[in-house]
Parts: sequence; structure tokens; C-alpha cells
Amino acid sequence: MVRSPSRVRHVSVEASVMFALVVRSLKPQSIPKSGIIGALQGKNYSTVSEATFEVKSCDLYKLEQGPNTSVSLSRDDALFYYRQMQTVRRMETVAGNLYKAKYIRGFCHLYSGQEACCVGMEAALTGDDAVITAYRAHGWTYVRGVSLVGVLAELTGKHVKVIHLTYIMIFMLQIPLGAGIAFALQYQGKPNVCVTLYGDGAANQGQLFEAFNLAKLWNVPAIFVCENNGYGMGTSVERASANTDYYTRGDFVPGMRVDGMDILAVKEATRFCKDYALKNGPILIEAATYRYHGHSMSDPGTRLKIDTEVRKEVEEAAEKAKSDPELSLENMYNDIYVNPPADYTVRGCDISIQHSST
Amino acid sequence: MWLSCYLSSALRSCPCLIVTGETTRMTLVQAINNAIDIVLSKDPTAVLFGEDVAFGGVFRVSVNLRDRYGRDRVFNSPLSEQGIVAFGIGLACAGATSIAEIQFADYIFPAFDQIVNEGSKFRYRTGNLFNCGKLTIRAPIGAVGHGALYHSQSPEAFFAHIPGIKEVPTGDYELPLSSAEVLIEGDDVTLVGWGTQVHVLRDVVTMAQEKLNVSCELIDLRTILPWDLETVAKSVVKTGRLLIAHEAPYTYGICSRNSSTNTGQYHVSPGERLNREIMSV
Ligand SMILES: Cc1ncc(C[n+]2csc(CCOP(=O)(O)OP(=O)(O)O)c2C)c(N)n1
Ligand SMILES: [Mg+2]
Repeated sequence: MVRSPSRVRHVSVEASVMFALVVRSLKPQSIPKSGIIGALQGKNYSTVSEATFEVKSCDLYKLEQGPNTSVSLSRDDALFYYRQMQTVRRMETVAGNLYKAKYIRGFCHLYSGQEACCVGMEAALTGDDAVITAYRAHGWTYVRGVSLVGVLAELTGKHVKVIHLTYIMIFMLQIPLGAGIAFALQYQGKPNVCVTLYGDGAANQGQLFEAFNLAKLWNVPAIFVCENNGYGMGTSVERASANTDYYTRGDFVPGMRVDGMDILAVKEATRFCKDYALKNGPILIEAATYRYHGHSMSDPGTRLKIDTEVRKEVEEAAEKAKSDPELSLENMYNDIYVNPPADYTVRGCDISIQHSST
Repeated sequence: MWLSCYLSSALRSCPCLIVTGETTRMTLVQAINNAIDIVLSKDPTAVLFGEDVAFGGVFRVSVNLRDRYGRDRVFNSPLSEQGIVAFGIGLACAGATSIAEIQFADYIFPAFDQIVNEGSKFRYRTGNLFNCGKLTIRAPIGAVGHGALYHSQSPEAFFAHIPGIKEVPTGDYELPLSSAEVLIEGDDVTLVGWGTQVHVLRDVVTMAQEKLNVSCELIDLRTILPWDLETVAKSVVKTGRLLIAHEAPYTYGICSRNSSTNTGQYHVSPGERLNREIMSV
């Protein structure tokens, strides 16, 4: 769990950015209530500071009422979310390239295509809410406050890495932990929730249902989120799940299916669920999304100033993550114990080989 | 019930002789594919299932088998290890030869209860009325290149602790179980390994000969439980020294058992063990 950074707002950016946001985040049938689009299309860029958009309503399970379908957004927030999504996409493209160039070894699960999920949810959370993800974690790690260099250097295994894990590759059995974290938050009297993420594939593990039961039994503030991207490795949801309406699979836990490709819908659903979970206990979100397998979809139209900025930022971070000195083999013997004595050594292959360990 | 752990780095060419009239040289993965192929062709009750096995599986072990035997005999399971093993136990006790794949041994733990408390005790518990002897669970063990925490573990010792399971690291149908193979004969020291360590030890044998003029005898243990005490002990009596190499952590591993058994019954000095510190990678 990583805290959110203090948000840097970017105010003085071209209004065309707003257009890109609208294009990317809203379904064609969504009708903006303000005059922004019209103004943009006429190339007379609007300078309104707030706008309201219609989003698709969620499918509901055991809920009388769902999130609002009318979502307001300030210009600053719009730019901030756009920048974050753009950064995650760019970061993943670069991570994919680093992987192909063998700077990143092992496994590398890209989040490309799912950006609206992490950015939208984070937008409705605070730094004190807890988030627990599976291994498709790069985007989440970034929006929770780890720098670009931090994420990329973690993947390349360089000195600048910040998380001090040897690799990011997290098992999918993290789900039940979410119920425990949520219980702790409630016990400590905090106004916070625990968001627990898993994929459509992991949704078929028995532990999930055990966690639902515990969470509902004790009515803890847990939001279970199934990021449904259609596939678990090579197996499609239809071939893996008897019921592919994941939002209904909590039985006694109410749920909703949100359009995971629409950042505003995701944000509003998360806001709704946080409120619900704090009052009533666990709730489930299925975010219908899609992954592009590290393939970058180029943006329609001209490249925006913000895109160029993001590109530069990511490339600098990637450079640092590439050029920083490699962790030595000796590093493999570190991080076994917290603050070991200065002369602490670890046995190597046989008793005669001792490695120092910090 | 059989638990067959094969090495995850099996794509490295591993010599393995299959006697089918003429002999063919295959990698271990090809040999397992061939073994399953033969079982499916000869035994109409045999079925193969696991995560993504219909597409060939992540190690390509089941490649082409769905095309050859159809979707109802070679099929994908949901991502549910407990379900896979439990389903396999049920299937086997109803008379089918069931071959269950767990993608990596690291992922076998959700199924641990089913293996320990259901499968392995089924025959005993029912007074031999039922059994799941027709179930084979296959899982790759050991370090795969750059696999990190969750693709590098060697959990074979957990299963060696359970009565009712036979554990084989190679899974070759032509080989008798519980028989180790002396791969290289030597006089000065006995080296024992299984899985990828056999390759490592082969290099050690050459290096020891070239650099130290030491003659090593190399034994591939092949079956972890019950293991071939006789072959190992005979060798150790000849050489007077034993060195066991395994990838798993050193506490209470399979080789602590092996080295102490040798000491007790054959009065040779305790074997030296080469393995890793208790850490996650
Ligand atoms: C217990 C366990 N079994 C199998 C795997 C191997 N595995 C890694 S990712 C994956 C697919 C997961 O699909 P999904 O939950 O839909 O997540 P996505 O990759 O689509 O984000 C599988 C089967 C694993 N990591 N853990
Ligand atoms: Mg998926």
C-alpha cells in the first residue's frame, strides 16, 4: 500500500487537451451538457472551469440505487486524470520495449488499456485508503505515489529502485487479505476502505468466496474489484466461468458492473462504493475493461502538448532505469531480515561460503 | 496417486531415452508429451486437464494433444488449483486415468489440502474400497530463468512428508519408479541430485576431474519418495563420500533425510549438502 502523492495540478495547458480527454473517456453516446465539445470542434477552445457529463449507468446486483450517471468534472481534475492515464500508457509502452530489449527480465504484465480503472478509482480514494492489487500492478503503483523511475527501476532491477522487492510479481491469492485490512481499518475507527483487486481468472479461486463470507459476516469496509479484461492468460471468461456476470458472484455481497473504459464512470462508482462500504459493509465492482497486451494505441488526431511532456518524462525515467548501475549478485542476499547486525552473514551454497547481508 | 515434479528448465536439452522399438533422443518436455500421448492413445479413460493445457500449456508439454484426442479428453480448467486436484481425485476414483497439470509447483498450495487430506488418504480411509491411484498430478519445480519468487520454488519436500504419494521428478513412463540411475561412474566421491541439479552436477564431475583429478560418481535420484537407498548406499560404500545437491532451502529438506539414512545404515561419514539459505529466491 502506497500513499498518494500530493497532486500537482497543471492549469496552463492548451484547451485542446480537454478535447482529447472527452474523446478518450466518454462513449460516443454520452452527451456533454456544457458547450465544451462544440466549442472545441469549432476550434474556439472553451475555457470553462467545470463541465458535466452523462455516463453509462451501471448494472446493479442487490442494490436499489447505483452511482450517479451525471458526473461533474473540473478542468484541473480533467487535465490531471488525462495526464495520469497518458503517463501510465506511455510507461507501459516503454516497459514493454525495455522487456523486449531484455532490460526487464522475468515476467512483465502490462496495464495498457486498463488505465481508466486505476486512475478513476484512485480519483475517488484518499491516500489513507488501502489498495491491494495482483501482479498487473504498474499503473496502480504509479497512481499510488511511486515515481516513474521507481516503477521502471524496480522492473529493471537497478539501484534507484524504491520498493525493495526483488521483483514485482504478486500472486493472485491476495484477495482474502483485503477483508483483513478492511477489518483493521474499521477496528481502528478510520473513515477508510480497502480496495482489493483481482482478475476475471483469479475470480474462480475458492479463497475469494471465503473472503466474501468473512467480509459480509463482519460487515467490513471492503470494496472487491474484479478487473474483467476478458481473459485469464489464454482462457476467455466464457470458458472459465459458469457465471460471467462477476458483479453478481458475491451472493450476499451487493455489486455493480461499471464501464471500466470510462474514467468518469469508474470514479463515480468508486465514490459511491466507498460511501456504501463505510455505511453497510462489503461491495463488489466489476470493471469491464480490456487489455492491449502492451500494444500502444496511438491517439487520434494531433499530439497534444501534454502528450509530448509525458513522453519526455517517461523517456527520462526509462533512461535512468536503464543506465543506473545494476544490482550486484550480492544484493540477492540482502533484505532477508530487517536491520540485521552489521556483521550479519548468510550461508551460500555450502557452509564455507558466507555472504554479507544488509 | 502420483506427484510428478519435472524441472521447469526442461527445455534445456535433457537426454532421456525412450525405448519404443527404436530409441529416440528427446528433451524432457518432449518425453512427457510423448508419455501422455501414449497413455491417451492406449487408455480410453485417460483425460488431461489444467490451466491452458488445451493450448499446449505454458511449457508446451501438452502441445498437439487436444487436436489428437479432442476437447472432451484434453481440456482447460478454470484458474482453480484446489478444484483441479479435487476434480482429479473424483475422476480417478470413478475409474478414469486422470492427469492433472498444475502450471508451476509454486501454485500447488491452494490444492495442498486436497492432496494431503483427500487424495493421499483415500484408499486407507475407505479400507481399500476406493482409491485414486489413477491420478497423476504434474507440476514443474525448481528455478526457471528469471522466474523470481513464484516460479522458482522447490516444494517437493512437502509432498515427500505425506504417506500415500509417490513422487517422481522425471515422470518417464518407461523408467521403473524408485530406481536411481548411475549416470557417471567414479571412485572418489558420490554426487546425488535430481531435476536441474543433475545438469549442474555433470559440470561439476568434469571440473573435478580436470582441476582436481577427482573421480566423481554421479547419481540421478529420479524418484524422491520412496527413493533408491540401495543404489546410493552401494555407491557411497565404494567412494566413502557423499555430496547431495538440491535447490530447496537446507532446513529439513529431502537431502537431510537422505544423508542421515546413509550415515545410520552404512556407516559412512555424514554427507555434505549443497543447497541454499532459507530465503525466498
Ligand atoms: C494460484 C495461481 N495459479 C496460476 C497462476 C498462473 N497465472 C498467472 S496470471 C494468470 C491469469 C490470470 O488472469 P486474470 O485473473 O484474469 O488476470 P489478468 O492477467 O487478466 O489481469 C495465471 C493463470 C498464478 N499466478 N497463481
Ligand atoms: Mg483477466
